[in-house]
Amino acid sequence: MKRASWLIPTIYIIFLMLPIYWLVSMSFKTTNEILGSFTLWPQNFTLDNYRVIFTDPSWYMGYVNSIIYVCINTVLSVSVALPAAYAFSRYRFLGDKHLFFWLLTNRMAPAAVFALPFFQLYSAIGIFDTHLAVALAHTLFNIPLAVWILEGFMSGVPKQLDETAYVDGYSFPAFFIKIFIPTIAAGIGVAAFFCFMFSWVELLLAKTLTAVAAKPIAATMTKTASSSGYELGLLAAAGTLTIIPGAIVIYFVRNYIAKGFALGRV
Amino acid sequence: MNKTVNQKAWFFVLPVLLLVAFNAIVPLMTVVNYSVQETFGDNVFFWSGISWFEQVLKSSRFHEALGRQLFFTFTILAIEVPLGVIIALAMPRKGPWVSVCLVLMAMPLLIPWNVVGAMWNIFGLPEIGLLGKTLNTLGFDYNYTRQPGAAWFTLILMDVWHWTSLVVLLAYAGLVSIPDAYYQAAKIDGASSWSIFRYIQLPKMKRVLTIAILLRFMDSFNIYTEPSVLTGGGPGNSTTLLSIDLVKIALGQFDLGPAAAMSLIYFLVILLMSWIFYTVMTRNEDQ
Repeated sequence: MKRASWLIPTIYIIFLMLPIYWLVSMSFKTTNEILGSFTLWPQNFTLDNYRVIFTDPSWYMGYVNSIIYVCINTVLSVSVALPAAYAFSRYRFLGDKHLFFWLLTNRMAPAAVFALPFFQLYSAIGIFDTHLAVALAHTLFNIPLAVWILEGFMSGVPKQLDETAYVDGYSFPAFFIKIFIPTIAAGIGVAAFFCFMFSWVELLLAKTLTAVAAKPIAATMTKTASSSGYELGLLAAAGTLTIIPGAIVIYFVRNYIAKGFALGRV
Repeated sequence: MNKTVNQKAWFFVLPVLLLVAFNAIVPLMTVVNYSVQETFGDNVFFWSGISWFEQVLKSSRFHEALGRQLFFTFTILAIEVPLGVIIALAMPRKGPWVSVCLVLMAMPLLIPWNVVGAMWNIFGLPEIGLLGKTLNTLGFDYNYTRQPGAAWFTLILMDVWHWTSLVVLLAYAGLVSIPDAYYQAAKIDGASSWSIFRYIQLPKMKRVLTIAILLRFMDSFNIYTEPSVLTGGGPGNSTTLLSIDLVKIALGQFDLGPAAAMSLIYFLVILLMSWIFYTVMTRNEDQ
């Protein structure tokens, strides 16, 4: 029994790593080697694919653009979700339950449904092809998620904390910033992680709302795939680099990821 | 926690409300607008009532895409949820391996969706991909760009690879929240491992599993990028799921009326099914 329970996660992790290994190993191969023969690891180890990405602005600016709009989105989503989550966890007010459910329904909206209207709306107000446009569009599904996660963490903080602070003479803003936010720091970390993740992996809206100036890396990859033939090595290197930011972020929040959802209410 | 009634709490919710309403209501109204109008170009629109809805609801193309979508969603739910629970049960509860497992398992969740599609596209190629080459060497005739069956197999395997970890993380979070005292009590009573699972672990995981199933349901119903990069809906139309079909109609053919009507029907299907799931799964808690 003990041996079996050790085996299952191991097999699963190997299964998870195989396609990632294939991508990474391909990124160190030349296109000729990829297309010409089947090799389990790079025979002619090359860093050329990475060199192209780090020297060509049309490539590395894709990463910069993606990181900019993901960060704007994360800050925006978490900062407006904080007071809202506080209201949902502490007070009862007219229409609170309906509002909460309505927020969650936006999490269900298919991006394919909103792609075209978003394009028209953001063109009309003149922010098409800016980082702000993508960051704003991604708040549609990230704000509901952030409110949901933060509300769970806040409900776990006893109300006596608020009351004691008022007795000690704190005003509401002072209490919220100096006492409450540090108390739920872990929750903020988890919410920020999920906002980062869902904004980082989304492509359809990001691609629809940008042309040149704010083009995300994912869109650069699809365009290269079609324009310059099938440069698989380059594509694999670009793909490998998109995994790194996520891996860094996940390392920092590894102990809290699971808790984020476990504490949230349905 | 007993909450106090305070209508001023609305001010706290206001920023969220304004942002989400701007993002949700304006585009949704645009879609509603298109869905009831006919256009011949030049921004001239005519009222067309519910004719687009009738057309979409009667078209066999929509029925087929919806059928494929339902098949896809229920297949991946039937695989990912039990598999996720089994893996979570087998994971270590303490020690240095917990972090290693969690970080490695969460990796697929953080890879951009088009990269996931591209990765599996290459991984499955019969000549140069590890999966395709291995299967063909083992004697299976496997080519997902030509065989609908192989395309479905690859699509489902990709989704299992991509999202089972989410179920694992959630189920694991539920499991570690069970106090040791429960297990000790079960040991004293001489409970079998099956009854520990059935009467202690499963009830404790119920809430997180509800979240997992709801999230997987919504996201798999909305799936677009991965299959469109992997198979592009092909071969033929065999893996054209709802959102792929929708994007083909809306952005490919620019048939705004039918696309908008289809969007609304699509959204309503998701809302309705999420609501049913939610009600069924939380009904017992209230009693």
